Amino acid sequence: MGKRVLLIEDEPNILEAISFILSRDGWTVHTHEDGETAMQKVVGFPPDMIILDVMLPGRSGFDILRDLRGTDTTKDIPVMMLTARGQEKDRELALRLGANHFMTKPFSNAEVRDNVRNLMEA
Amino acid sequence: MLSFNVVITISLCYVAILFMVAFMAERRAMMGNATWLYSPLIYTLSLSIYCTAWTFYGAVGYAARSGLEFATIYLGPTLMMIGWWWILRKLVRIGRAQRITSIADLVSSRFGKSTSLGMIVTVISVVAATPYIALQLQSVTLSFAVFAQSNGQVWRDAELNATAMWVSVGLVIFTVIFGTRNLDANERHHGIVMAIAVEAVVKLVALLAVGVFVVWGVAGGPSEMLTRIDASPITLWDHNGGRWISLLFLSAAAFICLPRMFQVLVVENADERHLAIASWAFPTYLMLMSLFVVPIAVVGLDLLPTGSNPDLFVLTVPLYQGRDGLAMLSFLGGFSSATSMVMVATIALATMVSNHIVLPIWLSMRPNQQAVMSGDIRHVILLARRLSIAGVLFLGFIYYRVSGGGTALAAIGLVSFSGAVQILPAMIGGIFWRGATRIGAAAGLIVGLTLWLWTLFLPSFGADAMISQSVFDDGPFGLNWLRPQALFGISGLDPLVHGILWSMILNTGTFIVGSLISFPAPLERLQGAQFVNIFEHSAAAPAWTNAAAGAEDLLIMAQRIMGSTDAQAIFEREAIRQGKKGYLPEVTPAFVELLERELAGSVGAATAHAMVGQLIGGSGVSVEDLIAVADEAAQILEYSNRLEAKSTEQEQTARALRDANAKLTALSIQKDAFLSQISHELRTPMTSIRSFSDILRDGEVGGDAQKRYSGIIHDEAIRLTRLLDDLLDLSVLENGQVMLNEQTGSLSALLDRAIGGAGLLGSNLKIVRTPEVDDVTITTDLDRLVQVFINLIANSRKYCDAQHPRLKISVFDRGSHFYIDFVDNGSGIAADNQQLIFEKFSRVADGSKAGGAGLGLAICREIMRRLGGDITYLPGQYGTAFRLRLPKKKMKNALGEL
Repeated sequence: MGKRVLLIEDEPNILEAISFILSRDGWTVHTHEDGETAMQKVVGFPPDMIILDVMLPGRSGFDILRDLRGTDTTKDIPVMMLTARGQEKDRELALRLGANHFMTKPFSNAEVRDNVRNLMEA
Repeated sequence: MLSFNVVITISLCYVAILFMVAFMAERRAMMGNATWLYSPLIYTLSLSIYCTAWTFYGAVGYAARSGLEFATIYLGPTLMMIGWWWILRKLVRIGRAQRITSIADLVSSRFGKSTSLGMIVTVISVVAATPYIALQLQSVTLSFAVFAQSNGQVWRDAELNATAMWVSVGLVIFTVIFGTRNLDANERHHGIVMAIAVEAVVKLVALLAVGVFVVWGVAGGPSEMLTRIDASPITLWDHNGGRWISLLFLSAAAFICLPRMFQVLVVENADERHLAIASWAFPTYLMLMSLFVVPIAVVGLDLLPTGSNPDLFVLTVPLYQGRDGLAMLSFLGGFSSATSMVMVATIALATMVSNHIVLPIWLSMRPNQQAVMSGDIRHVILLARRLSIAGVLFLGFIYYRVSGGGTALAAIGLVSFSGAVQILPAMIGGIFWRGATRIGAAAGLIVGLTLWLWTLFLPSFGADAMISQSVFDDGPFGLNWLRPQALFGISGLDPLVHGILWSMILNTGTFIVGSLISFPAPLERLQGAQFVNIFEHSAAAPAWTNAAAGAEDLLIMAQRIMGSTDAQAIFEREAIRQGKKGYLPEVTPAFVELLERELAGSVGAATAHAMVGQLIGGSGVSVEDLIAVADEAAQILEYSNRLEAKSTEQEQTARALRDANAKLTALSIQKDAFLSQISHELRTPMTSIRSFSDILRDGEVGGDAQKRYSGIIHDEAIRLTRLLDDLLDLSVLENGQVMLNEQTGSLSALLDRAIGGAGLLGSNLKIVRTPEVDDVTITTDLDRLVQVFINLIANSRKYCDAQHPRLKISVFDRGSHFYIDFVDNGSGIAADNQQLIFEKFSRVADGSKAGGAGLGLAICREIMRRLGGDITYLPGQYGTAFRLRLPKKKMKNALGEL
């Protein structure tokens, strides 16, 4: 497929794991670790899909999502959110803000792969 | 015959003894077991610096020349002490409430913390004290000369001047050593006070001994003495009513206006009740001092050849009779009288010069915050004080040289007195009359000073010295009505009475008229109300309202002036009072007021006000001030003071309610947040473990990747374990189920252990220690303490962002506690976060860099609590700084409280 996914996540080990999973599935994976500059990164390089962690240094994933949905060039990019807090209200908030999918850590590799595939097909 | 060298040796020994006494008193006071230093007896004896060499030698000379008039010099202070309830009590109360450092500070503070008034009063005091100090030098020099003469030497000016100079130098050294130990001028000078108390006893004993010798040894008993006195011309009732009243007034007023008397009466006063005792004890002392003045004068006139200096009878009568021992004692008495006066006077004057002249000038040269934030103010102040001490003595020496040392002792003393009392109208008006204003006070002081200089001070050098004989006779420029001893054409008065009369009448008149026609500034009105009504309300009025300065800036400034220990204590006390933790209280107007008063204890009210003003940046005029200005009537001002106290109270209640509400909300949120945080901290490593184990299980990777992924799984598993350990540890500590294993060990060894265990290998963090201080033995749970040390050192390793990171560990012994400070040279922690960092899972910096869960400081805090101490963030250190406080006592008590 060769499609581009942008992975915004600050834990280096998780970055490496997801990169491995998605590369194997044919994605070109780009990564970004900082919340504050994430928006600029997305706008300067519109990916086909974004995987966004909630707890990022500098700026929360929810705030970034709100901006993504409020910006013309990015409002249609599918976003999958990741969180380690695992609270129901986080899921609700993410979906209300316009996330296409929400995953709680930890997850199996198959889950990640399948959810990303589903989002691209939808 | 006493050889001159013996006299010198005995004098030096005496000084050495005084030195030791002063030194021991300082030591005792520092160790805190010196309650006797605060006794009414010491206070009373310290007042005896009123009796200078003038009183010791000069009173006899005075009696020999002018008869009973000398008694007025004792009666004035006696009246003042007996009436202590009205004036002295008020002065002492104000002095304590406003942390007054000197008489210049009192006047300046009362009239709106005015810098210019402080300067004027300082100038008057220095000029007036100069002849007096010269007088002490003269009497010591003359008494040395007496011994030299009795050895057959004849001293000329060269020898006299050299002696005066060496005495001055010695006094400078003694005074600098004991007078500038504490920067806080409001604090007591225990060493000096103790030394002058000893000297007070010596001079009384000496004078009584000479008196007893004269009555019983020379005259042959009391009745014979009385016969002699009756026959003597000095008891002829040749009194001048004007002079008596003037002198009585003069000595009573000088008793409170002389800077050195103000110093011992008000500044060194430890307890208001001491005044009550001194009110009879000090007049008794004066009575004893004056008991034998007339007999000594009468016998001296009888015995010694005509032309002998009566100012030295106390010394020459015993010498003439061959009583060397007694003469030596008498010499030491006179020496004591002179030295104690000079020491206290120079301390008082040096404080005034440094606080009211040097510092304002120094500050005005640095008009921005830099002055109070970065300049080393303590050094400037101390240096200014030391130089001032030398300067004041130098002036005295110059006066001694210029006046030729020829004038009678008493005459010089009276000139000094009459200069100092020019401050009286402003001072008394200031504490009793709310209508008094700064303009009035300044005008009165300047008029008084001018007239005193013209009618008394300049003429005191003698005709043709400062003022030519023709001016005495015809006035300056032929203006007859300006003749220095016959102003406005009123001649025929005694010069002293004339000078006092005119200067006081015009000084007071100008003060009153000036006050009536000028309008007080807001701050003046508030200070006025505080001073005049000191007994009705002691609460201070806030001077700053739009307090924009950060508490940390104020702390940095305060540390520079008072030193870090005192400054931190004040800030911490206030924080506790406000119900906050740490060293940074909210900058309320009340706190700024309090801080300003504390600073005033070091640098005077006007300077403290200016320094705080530079930081606060507010106009200094509060809403309350404006209300005060609008309301003319005094009662309304008081009412508004009360209202304001109420509204502050309400504000405090509201704040307390808001805080309580916030705490309750926070508690319920806290539980959710805590669970969510734990979840996050556990799930993150779990995610990596699960993902990589999935990858490995799929068997798609091999070789290096396989090794690497299993390594990640291993590390993350360890991270999980550590997190669980920390959580359990914290939970055990918080629930108080922890068993403490109390042991005794060396703090320095514990620090070594911690530095070894903090993982510094490969880190460039440099640890700086002070081994000579941290080598102390402590009894506590040593392992837990090391855990705290390791945490702090590791934090510094992880977060200190300086190019050459350095962590300084210092240990302080503070009585019941050890303080252990960990200060690094990184960029520090923002004030907002200084409390937050002790909360669980709080990480101010980037989480991934830290590699921990943010539980370290929370655990440290719990451990320190269990050990009966605490850990706080120490602001104002130009880096991240933590202070551990560890009690020396056993931990059991501490546990009992929990």
